[in-house]
Amino acid sequence: MTKHALGIAAVVFLLAAAAYGSFFVAPTDVRQGLIYRILFLHVSSAWTGLTAFFICFVANLMYVWRRAPRWDWLGVSAAEVGLAFTTVVLVTGPIWAHPVWGMWWTWDARLTSTFVLWLLYVSYLLLRTLVEEPDRRALFSALFGVFAFLDVPLVFGSIRWWRTQHPQPVVMGEPGSGLDPTMWKVLRFSWLAMLCLMTLLLLARYRLEAMRGDLEIVRREAEAA
Amino acid sequence: MSMLSNSTALLGKELRTEFRSRELLTTTGVFILVVVVLFSFTFDPSSAESRRFAASLLWLAFLFAASLMLQPCFLREQNNDTLSALRLSVGDPFAIFAAKLAANTLFLLLTELVMLPVFSILFNVPVLRVFGQLVLVLFLGSLGISIAGTALSAISAQARMRELLLPVLLLPLLAPVLAACTVVTVRLLEPTPFIAWKGVGFLVIFDLVFLTLLWLFGEYLLEE
Repeated sequence: MTKHALGIAAVVFLLAAAAYGSFFVAPTDVRQGLIYRILFLHVSSAWTGLTAFFICFVANLMYVWRRAPRWDWLGVSAAEVGLAFTTVVLVTGPIWAHPVWGMWWTWDARLTSTFVLWLLYVSYLLLRTLVEEPDRRALFSALFGVFAFLDVPLVFGSIRWWRTQHPQPVVMGEPGSGLDPTMWKVLRFSWLAMLCLMTLLLLARYRLEAMRGDLEIVRREAEAA
Repeated sequence: MSMLSNSTALLGKELRTEFRSRELLTTTGVFILVVVVLFSFTFDPSSAESRRFAASLLWLAFLFAASLMLQPCFLREQNNDTLSALRLSVGDPFAIFAAKLAANTLFLLLTELVMLPVFSILFNVPVLRVFGQLVLVLFLGSLGISIAGTALSAISAQARMRELLLPVLLLPLLAPVLAACTVVTVRLLEPTPFIAWKGVGFLVIFDLVFLTLLWLFGEYLLEE
């Protein structure tokens, strides 16, 4: 319990520090003014969401290979947490876009592919609710998870193929693209804080799923007896 | 028997079963026609402006039709409880998938080729001068749709709400195929047509990636 409380306190502290950094440490953008500060939430959530989906992908692969229920539990937990962070990206995106681009949403490749990514993992969770038998549910969702995750680079590759309104990637982008060094530091710190939040949520969700798994075993044994 | 001869035998079976009744082909063709006609109710299809959307409409109609057509792919085995027997009689489970996806690609391509002239007349777009290139895009697109669709129909066949589940799983996964096919087809239907090789390359990559995935993981999809 104390460990739990300590973890939560540490994450709250990190998030508060990231928020302070975003508002008071990072300099104001010359062109966009104050609104650009949403970048620290938007981009760090996007990276964290992708990290969670990557964890889900590894867990899915491990499940197909090892067939241990704990990989299934990790997979579904990571998918749900990733979905939560991607939802933050999809909500903060329009809030940022409206004053800067003059519209809430535009169907450019990156926005659309994030939306598709979100839909893929919603489908992943939906699939889990529609297959009754636990082992089959775990295997099928793991396989769909692998397909879905490997679809992401294909959707992502389309960013550079179709000209889009979304800013060109800052990380591994064209030469000359990049952030002010202080902004970079704050962004990296925000990502770290978000990653800690993700780990906390993932652990809590995993514990819940493990309990559900145990309950299912007990129920099946009771039915068999 | 080698994998190739297994696949050929299974493909022969799939084709024989379909061509005896032609139920799948006829129903899919009529479905595409219905969708295309319904599109014309939503805007004036003869205006120059709307002709620009012709390729998108065509691919959307194909995609929706495919998501329904692929539905019964594993249903016969499921209903008659013959999947285990099929698995036992074929050494490599990929042979089953290879046959199914070859049959699906062929059915899809056939329906698309029948619908193409109808579409060309109804939407007033010239297709004859770029026919060869169009067939290439139709083939690569249909192959991509069939690979992903065959894999996912093996999943959805064993789930509840399977009729609704397959499109929900399949359509977002096929978003890159839809985009690439549309981009290439739009360029081919322009007054001065040209082939967007980048799009064609993208389709080849998609097909290869998903074919490799099916080869690697196909056997788990058929587990009972």
